[in-house]
Amino acid sequence: MVVYIVQRILAAIPVMAFVALFVFLLLRLTPGDPAAIIAGDTATPAQLEAIRDSLGLNDPLLVQFFSWIGDLLRGDFGTSILSGKPVLNLIADRMEPTISLALTTIILSVLIAVPLGVIAAWKQGTLIDRFVMLLSVLGFSVPVFVIGYLMISLFSMQLGWFPVQGFKPIGDGVGPFLHRIALPTVTLTLLYIALIARITRTSMLEILGDDYVRTARAKGLPERKVLMRHALRNCSVPIITVIGIGFALIISGVVVTESVFNLPGLGRLTVDAVLSRDYPVIQAVILLASLIYVVINLLIDIAYVLLDPRIRYT
Amino acid sequence: MKLLNFTKSGTGFRMSLFSAALAGLAMMSGAVDAQTLRAVKHSDLRVLDPILTTAYMSRNHGYMIFDTLYALDSDLVPQPQMVDSHEVSEDGLTYTFTLRDGLKFHDGADVTGEDVAASIKRWGERDGMGQVLMSFVESMSQGDSPNQFVINLKEPYGLVIDSLAKPSSNVPFIMPKRLAETPSTEPIPEQIGSGPFKWVADEYQPGVIAVYEKFEDYVPRDEPASWASGGKVVKVDRVEWVVMADDQTALNALQAGEIDYWESPPSDLLPILDANPDVTVKNLNALGFQTIMRPNTLNAPMDDPKIRKAAIAAVNQKDVLDALVGNPDLYKICGAMFVCDTPLASDVGSETLTQGNGMDQAKALLEEAGYDGTPIVVMHPTDVSTLRSQPVVVAQAMRDAGFTVDLQAMDWQTLVGKRASQASIADGGWHMFMTNWVGADVFNPLVNNMVNGKGPDGGWFGWPDVPKLEELRTAYATAATLEEQKGLAEEIQALAYEEGIYAPIGQYFVPTAWSNNLEGVLDAPAPLFWNISKN
Repeated sequence: MVVYIVQRILAAIPVMAFVALFVFLLLRLTPGDPAAIIAGDTATPAQLEAIRDSLGLNDPLLVQFFSWIGDLLRGDFGTSILSGKPVLNLIADRMEPTISLALTTIILSVLIAVPLGVIAAWKQGTLIDRFVMLLSVLGFSVPVFVIGYLMISLFSMQLGWFPVQGFKPIGDGVGPFLHRIALPTVTLTLLYIALIARITRTSMLEILGDDYVRTARAKGLPERKVLMRHALRNCSVPIITVIGIGFALIISGVVVTESVFNLPGLGRLTVDAVLSRDYPVIQAVILLASLIYVVINLLIDIAYVLLDPRIRYT
Repeated sequence: MKLLNFTKSGTGFRMSLFSAALAGLAMMSGAVDAQTLRAVKHSDLRVLDPILTTAYMSRNHGYMIFDTLYALDSDLVPQPQMVDSHEVSEDGLTYTFTLRDGLKFHDGADVTGEDVAASIKRWGERDGMGQVLMSFVESMSQGDSPNQFVINLKEPYGLVIDSLAKPSSNVPFIMPKRLAETPSTEPIPEQIGSGPFKWVADEYQPGVIAVYEKFEDYVPRDEPASWASGGKVVKVDRVEWVVMADDQTALNALQAGEIDYWESPPSDLLPILDANPDVTVKNLNALGFQTIMRPNTLNAPMDDPKIRKAAIAAVNQKDVLDALVGNPDLYKICGAMFVCDTPLASDVGSETLTQGNGMDQAKALLEEAGYDGTPIVVMHPTDVSTLRSQPVVVAQAMRDAGFTVDLQAMDWQTLVGKRASQASIADGGWHMFMTNWVGADVFNPLVNNMVNGKGPDGGWFGWPDVPKLEELRTAYATAATLEEQKGLAEEIQALAYEEGIYAPIGQYFVPTAWSNNLEGVLDAPAPLFWNISKN
């Protein structure tokens, strides 16, 4: 297992290198000039060139690339072209809202969706099953921003129970933190409940017809144990996969939810950087997103081993 | 915090408990400091140097932390700001300015003539009106005492004070000499000014929040605030500029009292704000905005004045403004290049734009010019709500006149990069784009970049090469009276229309909305936060 993990980590290096090269080249080929954005309307061509020089944008591409890679290897992600702030600081400032939203969403989604999916499979064809499926369809179909606006309209504007927008770090108090993260979490959770409940139900239905489940019932085990101990555990692999990928998706940025609830997360940082051609920031967030996916995939693979003794890596 | 109004019942009791719990959570968040003013601006603050860029957010940031020697009042008359008095020598070649007592930078240092000289020099390298001023300047230096600043001219120039009172980008802000000596192509390394607010660097998060605190050592003038001039009395402890990417969120936040001020609500949401008794909606900028169309004179067929005039003649301002704004109360049909309701306003040359009767003329001009159907590349920024309507309307008007139009959708930053290019169409060049200016940036021939006739070297995007325009602008700069200036401005406008180098395609206004617990919000060329108290 350790060997497998080390091999996966080593395999991630060429993946990250490819991503770095790809994003670097893609940005340089995209129209738009960060120097023109900084210089403003009245800059002369000479002034524009001076700004480009000062930003290193006139250096040969290879020089720019290796300079950036060299800085990366020293842990220096560069500075934002527009604000002059270290990119690492910009990303660090956005991590807490993003991770907070991801964790609260996934935890709440799993707590609700897995039991719902199990019940739906157990009671297949009944009203409960149909209700869970309806919820699932709605969760997929209704755009997140619509759900968000409805939540704000009801719980913030009408009832006044929650604030309309904003984020409070957990360092300012657990209460204020929860108060502000509640609505965005519930908004995003509906989508993930739909996803996780559906995959849980589908996986459970495949398992519930197997011989060992019939045997467990025949031996007189309580139905709860049959479902949770025998069936659910054996169909957890696809569920874990979906949970892991869902978590990675939220971490890499849910810009619509962040915009609706004014959460200063990675999604908005990425969009703002792309629209303003802030190359160092774009490069860093894309690399970070790639790294997150690599790590999450590795954790998912490790989880497989823990959940399913039939899976072994050599 | 509202509580549900239930009658006594199990459900009602549980809901009331729930509401009380939420109230507790909310209270644990701490009540918002009553002396913090939270504002949502039209964009986020990215570039902190208001000389490096003309971006309005950077200008607005400049007004918070820097001060100016002079500023315009609501009658557009320059008034002393940092200056206590000035003298002009009999020959008109030496201006000696004495600064007010007690002017300090945020780091505690006194403001001196050396700081002023360096700041004006740096501004003069980047700003159009500043460049004209610098062309008349022999030298600038500190005077006989540290609080004096002297300008020596090569020849008399009547717009020295007007230049130093320029209200919009770039504003001649005064900064410490050590910062002003930063090359004007690089950003200043610190945010230290002598303005009424201090920059709180530790709390700045680009794209999230910018924070300012009251500068306790600021010495405001005694006069009441008037437009950009007068006493800059700060009545709150702290101002937070909060970024909200979504207009609906900003609307909800203002109505819920989570923000106090919203700089530019979109016109379709204004009726909701108008109907709210707790919110005031008002246009603070009487000059409004001018939206323009600008052809590229370097690329055929737009290198032919007849073709350019044909494109302009096809356009009806009302169509543009109906698409851009919708509400006639928020726009004005105005063909004045130097903005309506100003001393230099004139409608000469603008009849087809304002009357909407130029289609036949456009067709005739096209035929006369022998237009061969070459597609006209019109750049269309789709991500900016105040710029995405005009290209569509103008493109269709041009098609109706007989043009073949290639309307190219792109984001604004792509357009900014592309318009700086003088490349041919085959190499990715362009024929036309639209943009908007705040009225204070176009209200005279020296600040209005579009009537610059310097051509590819030194001109503004589009680069018309019209030496006569430069002669007239120089004459304007040295005109002795307002009447003379008016006459020259009219000549410049007539020539600009004749050459078809640009056209104002409408004047519009963007009201600001704020909570009624704010008092003292100023009419001004830019959003200003002094004079505002919060109850």
